[in-house]
Amino acid sequence: MRSLTGKLVLSVLVGSLVLLGCGKQEAPKTKAQKPQAEKPAAATPAAQKAPEAPGTKTVIIGFTASKSGKLKTEGERQINGVDLWIEQVNAKGGVKLADGTTVKFAAKSYDDESNKDRVQELYTRLINNDKADFLISPYSSGLADASAVIAQQYNKIMITTGAASDSTYKKGYTLIYQAYTPASRYLTGAVDMLGKLAPGAKKIAIIHEKDKFSSDVVNALKAYAISKGYEVVLFEGYDKDTTDFAAFINKIPPGTDAIMGGGHFADTSTLTKQLYEKKVNSKMIAFLVAPPEPKFAELGDACVCVIGPSQWEPGVKYSPEAAKAAGVPWFGPTVEQFDQSYKQKYNEDPSYHSAGGYAAGMIIQAAIEKAGSIDTDKVKKALDEMNLMSFYGDIKFDTSKDNHGLQMGHEMVYIQWFKEPKGTFVKQIVWPASAASAKPFVCPTR
Amino acid sequence: MQELINSLTDGFLLGFVYGLAAMGLSLIWGVMSVINLAHGPVITVGMLTTYLLFVHFGLNPYLAMIIVAAVGLALGLLIYIIAVHRVISAPHLSSLLATFAVNMIILGIFNAIFGGDQNNISYSLGSLSIGFVNITYSRLLAALGAVLFTAFLYLFLYFTRPGKAIRAVANNREAAELMGIPSVQVLALTFGLGSLLAAVAGSLISTIFPFTIFSGGPYELKSFVICVLGGLGNPLGALLGGLILGLMEGLIPMWMPTSWVPVVEFGLFVFVLVVKPTGLLGAK
Repeated sequence: MRSLTGKLVLSVLVGSLVLLGCGKQEAPKTKAQKPQAEKPAAATPAAQKAPEAPGTKTVIIGFTASKSGKLKTEGERQINGVDLWIEQVNAKGGVKLADGTTVKFAAKSYDDESNKDRVQELYTRLINNDKADFLISPYSSGLADASAVIAQQYNKIMITTGAASDSTYKKGYTLIYQAYTPASRYLTGAVDMLGKLAPGAKKIAIIHEKDKFSSDVVNALKAYAISKGYEVVLFEGYDKDTTDFAAFINKIPPGTDAIMGGGHFADTSTLTKQLYEKKVNSKMIAFLVAPPEPKFAELGDACVCVIGPSQWEPGVKYSPEAAKAAGVPWFGPTVEQFDQSYKQKYNEDPSYHSAGGYAAGMIIQAAIEKAGSIDTDKVKKALDEMNLMSFYGDIKFDTSKDNHGLQMGHEMVYIQWFKEPKGTFVKQIVWPASAASAKPFVCPTR
Repeated sequence: MQELINSLTDGFLLGFVYGLAAMGLSLIWGVMSVINLAHGPVITVGMLTTYLLFVHFGLNPYLAMIIVAAVGLALGLLIYIIAVHRVISAPHLSSLLATFAVNMIILGIFNAIFGGDQNNISYSLGSLSIGFVNITYSRLLAALGAVLFTAFLYLFLYFTRPGKAIRAVANNREAAELMGIPSVQVLALTFGLGSLLAAVAGSLISTIFPFTIFSGGPYELKSFVICVLGGLGNPLGALLGGLILGLMEGLIPMWMPTSWVPVVEFGLFVFVLVVKPTGLLGAK
């Protein structure tokens, strides 16, 4: 018996080691790959450079993309956006610099497998080996934060997209610029909406993923909710690989008026599904990231009434006229033009991740056009002074020492899922009222 | 009170599935003294088979379980013939390493083919409400499935010739061989049955939760805890251990953050090993 016990302990130790290995291996494929064997992602058509004509220059846009691992869905949409921008800007003849050189763009990207360690290694490679001129961040705050260090260290301008966490911009970086509305303003609008939608509501339960981005969002949300007089009856985080939410759902006290939080697509859609299956009733459900994704409709009835903040939606009302009224210049395609060209190329509706990818490229383009140069200092100056409106919304960066690069102009919109009489599910913009395409509704009893 | 009863019900139902997964491990252990480190990947095989049959052939995940059982049995026989048979009489470390190698091979193949993405069987059955108690049908059916397969295992072990042969070999391999029982076939069948149970447990889990190719791992570790808790080499003890673990997983988060669940579980594992190494129903 004793020897069997010894073997048992040994086997559990071995098993634990295997699991520990598995825990970090969003993709163990990496371990077998040697850096020399690395090849740029072939899927990026723009990466195939044409021979340069005299007076033209190809600017390399370097980025990593989560083509595998848990951030695959969001990551791929973001790359689609970047690719579409490159295709369109090059088709229009590129950008003309002050010295008469025409600049065209090409993408160089690698699959980061949603893995933070890989990101730093790959961005160093993009800068040193691939000679990237400008950088776009990978999707997600954690990965973007890891890549920002490298960009700043090598004096490269990086536009972060798909990354809303505020903390990256409090580290004294001077070359990192955020395309997304920061996390601190992500779900606060849902609290305002709750006040209008259900004035009697008092109790909010917050269940969130324990990653950097979601924690930033819910900490700001909690503080805001308390400042508005709400009681936060549950505030608990879950690990990133959680699939069983029963323990969290059972902890939601009866009489809770709103359930908020979430994390990324996979976990939040599972949480939404399990809330529906457990027939949890509340007046409002507002989650991060997942609800604005078109794929969220695959949850069926479970998606009905769920609200999500979105950086952008095809129904937003930004237009050259609105820009004129606001006294800022308009830049790039209109909302309709972007929406249609995206659908044409990818045969699906663009999500805010796609728009964010496109916007990141467009910001670089706008800055180069204004600077008339691709020199880092001149482009940085143009970015610092940028204040414009585009299909993606307003773009203006904080230039203060404490928050340099933080997005100040762009605002969130909130969508809600509706069930149509014919049984299909559609999302509508419900907040802010000025941008709404439908009126928000209180969740029906389940 | 409402929270307590809901948590207990959820944990209890899931406990049956944990028990079924552990039963496979316990059976192999009890009969051939092999610690099967390929148990987790076999659980994943069950999950993936169910998923692929559902996605590509539209097969109801509960019906798919029959195919999953056959796949589990075949895989178990294959693993036994290729990796376990030659080392079964060697020192125990050999079989441990052999099954560990199988574990890495299966995971490597899955990673190459399927990648690390999350898979979800979108087959929702809703839930049953009795007063304030809410039970999802997927958990209820998974528990029922686990009970059925447990019953099948017992009927097989006690009322069929091959089952009796397995028990005889477990009891005394040499004596069984002297009685004319072909022990090699019996051992292969045992390994196949253990894998069958693991694959079916994986299939049941995939109807409740989304999974990745690595999801079998945590259930393998849980199976170790359960086997120790219930008693080494005793399949019924494994079921009991599974229920206890399920209940603990329901109860612990009521008083502390869920991140503490594995700490308490493995604390219990060490505690049982020290205080009562034979487990609750363990053989003396």
